Amino acid sequence: MAVEMLGYIEKTSPIHRLTGTTKLIGFLLFTTATMFTYDTRVLLVMGLVSIVLFRLSRIRFREVRFVLIFTALFVLINALAVYLFEPEQGVEIYGSRHVLLEGIGRFTVTAEQLFYLFNLILKYSVIVPIAVLFLVTTHPTEFASSLNRIGVPYKIAFAVSLALRYIPDVQADFRTIANAQEARGIAVSHGSLWQRARNSIQILLPLLFTSLERIETVSNAMDLRGFGAGRKRTWYNQKTMNQIDYVAISCIVLLTIFSFVVTFYDGNRFYNPF
Amino acid sequence: MTNAIEFQDFSFTYRSQSEPTLRQIQLTIQEGERILIVGPSGSGKSTLAQCINGLIPFSYPGTWEGQVLIKGQDARELSLFDRSLHIGTVLQDPDAQFVGLSVGEDIAFALENKQTERPEMQEIVERVARMTDVETLLHARLNDLSGGQRQRAALAGVLVEDADILLFDEPLANLDPVAGQEAMALMDRLQRETNRTLIVVEHRIEDVLVIPFDRIIVMVDGEIIADDHPDVILSNGVLQQAILREPLYVSAARWAGMTVESVDQPSRVDPFLKQFNQTDVLERLEETPQKETATATALLELEQLAFHYRQGTPVLENVTATFQKGTLTTIVGQNGAGKSTLAKVLSGYQRTTGGQILLDGTDITNQSIAERAGTIGFVLQNPNHMISKHLVQEEIRYGMQALRLSEAEENERLEQTLRRCGLYPFRNWPIQALSFGQKKRVTIASILVRRPDILILDEPTAGQDYRHYSDMMDFLEGLKEDGMTLLIITHDMHLVLEYSDQVCLVQAGRIRYAGTSFGLLNQEQLLHHAHLKQTSLFTIAEHLEVDPERFVESIITAERKEREQWL
Repeated sequence: MAVEMLGYIEKTSPIHRLTGTTKLIGFLLFTTATMFTYDTRVLLVMGLVSIVLFRLSRIRFREVRFVLIFTALFVLINALAVYLFEPEQGVEIYGSRHVLLEGIGRFTVTAEQLFYLFNLILKYSVIVPIAVLFLVTTHPTEFASSLNRIGVPYKIAFAVSLALRYIPDVQADFRTIANAQEARGIAVSHGSLWQRARNSIQILLPLLFTSLERIETVSNAMDLRGFGAGRKRTWYNQKTMNQIDYVAISCIVLLTIFSFVVTFYDGNRFYNPF
Repeated sequence: MTNAIEFQDFSFTYRSQSEPTLRQIQLTIQEGERILIVGPSGSGKSTLAQCINGLIPFSYPGTWEGQVLIKGQDARELSLFDRSLHIGTVLQDPDAQFVGLSVGEDIAFALENKQTERPEMQEIVERVARMTDVETLLHARLNDLSGGQRQRAALAGVLVEDADILLFDEPLANLDPVAGQEAMALMDRLQRETNRTLIVVEHRIEDVLVIPFDRIIVMVDGEIIADDHPDVILSNGVLQQAILREPLYVSAARWAGMTVESVDQPSRVDPFLKQFNQTDVLERLEETPQKETATATALLELEQLAFHYRQGTPVLENVTATFQKGTLTTIVGQNGAGKSTLAKVLSGYQRTTGGQILLDGTDITNQSIAERAGTIGFVLQNPNHMISKHLVQEEIRYGMQALRLSEAEENERLEQTLRRCGLYPFRNWPIQALSFGQKKRVTIASILVRRPDILILDEPTAGQDYRHYSDMMDFLEGLKEDGMTLLIITHDMHLVLEYSDQVCLVQAGRIRYAGTSFGLLNQEQLLHHAHLKQTSLFTIAEHLEVDPERFVESIITAERKEREQWL
């Protein structure tokens, strides 16, 4: 089929072989570490790690291209917004001012601001691929069992995995409905932006009804098979932790400690080259 | 023997309704019995099933009068979970009820909820998978299975609990004829080997009766109007009273002037077949006039059509066919053979990757979906995929929006279409308040109002009872008489026999047969590969050595006469 976003992609790779719990812990530690730091050196190391992990997972760029490009766009818009609101934020942070271009009014271009925005973009470029990688290499039910294992109540964990499981189905519904609309001459993929936006709303109602129908059936099926009766449940798909998992967790813990130490040893989350 | 289920003076009213859906139900089902519950849509048969498995009152609350006992215990005192230990339910749509992504995981679902440890769980899953012949598919994704395999996987998921009552809600609705027969055979085997209680809710009586049942319960308007041995039910006229389709061979017997008695065992086709007398049948055949066939002109021509999602894995290949103006073509074939893809390619939902589509001799292959939709309308199987407005009128008007008609023209078309589709009285109704069949009509109306030359329908009669099925088909036949060209995707061989001028058999992305329906039924090899079955009428004709075409036509004519008396 055409673009399947964010669904689980079955492959044989070291990343796929790890248990969901390892990947979840790894993902959480990795993102926390990256969220906290603005230290360019740390971000570059993390970025390198995320590229290596991507290669290891055998996921090809074109399989996740859509999401990556989509989020890249958002990151750029975000950076632009930051600049528009605070053109001198970098100066404030780094405590020096190297003007490259005077610009118009308050919109100056300083080396500090550019460096700050570069760090900002770098940060997202590290986190987003890892999040995508986590989603496409973790089997939805394994993901649920891992959430449950780290303490999330199983009903919530299962709901999350069910939502992930239905992403491809809802996408397929969306395409069918969009086609049905276009077949009646209601443009969804061309025409003016306003028209397209307005027509897209017409897809939501049928999508809602189809999804509600799905939810009703599946929740009945779950009830009839005893879901939610016990306080705990077991998981058919849970893998046992292997050596490779412990190695992976140890590596990620070390990486996190490294990142926190480098970030905070000088009492500042920013690396200052100025 | 102990009673598995007992209904005593039981009535049930859904919370949102003022009238009871079930009235004064008296019913006892003993352990190890095989029960078939039949009834037209809205007769309450599904509601009865939900009262047994506990979805009522747990998911659908309402007023509960009288008593329901499950294994002697008051059902209201049992939780949904307690009931799931006694009663295993296989829901109507196997696709929608899968919770896991892989077969093994889905089978294990109930065990996970019971907190079975993993080694034991794996053992049980494997054992049950062997019972239902899915043991090689444990790692397969559910989306990659055929309809029959899905049904078996769903059944396995229920069997893990060792429930001694098995309840099937319309198990045949989504299966092709051969897969349906296999599903019934599996139920038969399971029931015999383990002596479980088997309850099947279905309206396709002939297809279910390929295995023996102890009793048939007939429901109409929330009441049980008959509860007896299948041989009695099939011979005492109660099915006609309930407007249910009796087995075709029973209709044939009545047409041939035979009196159907329960001692003739009408519930089993093989012994019953011997009751037919060749001379009687030949005599009756003489009386029926022969149908004449009209000549027509080609409207839509496909030449070497091809389609693939991914290079190297063709979904359609070399599809060449001609559809005559004002005719009805049925498209048959196994699930996944490419029938729906063909429909999508024709209606422009997907672009062809090779070949040509000619309409009235003009090449329309490269038209956009919107342009194509002006000439070829496609009615999807699930009406919810098409409905995007609140009221019936709005929905049908919405289809005309892009045509930029004058207001007068728009109003005229709207009224005409509403009347043609029998929706005029409902024009100001919210669509979600309509029945399934009516919703389906709204979607057809919203396409018809655009005045296409060709209408493609994906399983327009799926899941509908005899009356709604006939209403729909007679409506479509009426459109054909108005000059519309119709393409209908279906699994129902009797529909093919009764209504089609041409039948196309799609198999592995190619059209393997195009011609008359009787021509197709003569090719057993082809039928077998396409998972289709000859109807019992055909078997009788062969048995009696009479011309099957005339025989089937005569019975269809007789059936139609009978239908005219419905009101």
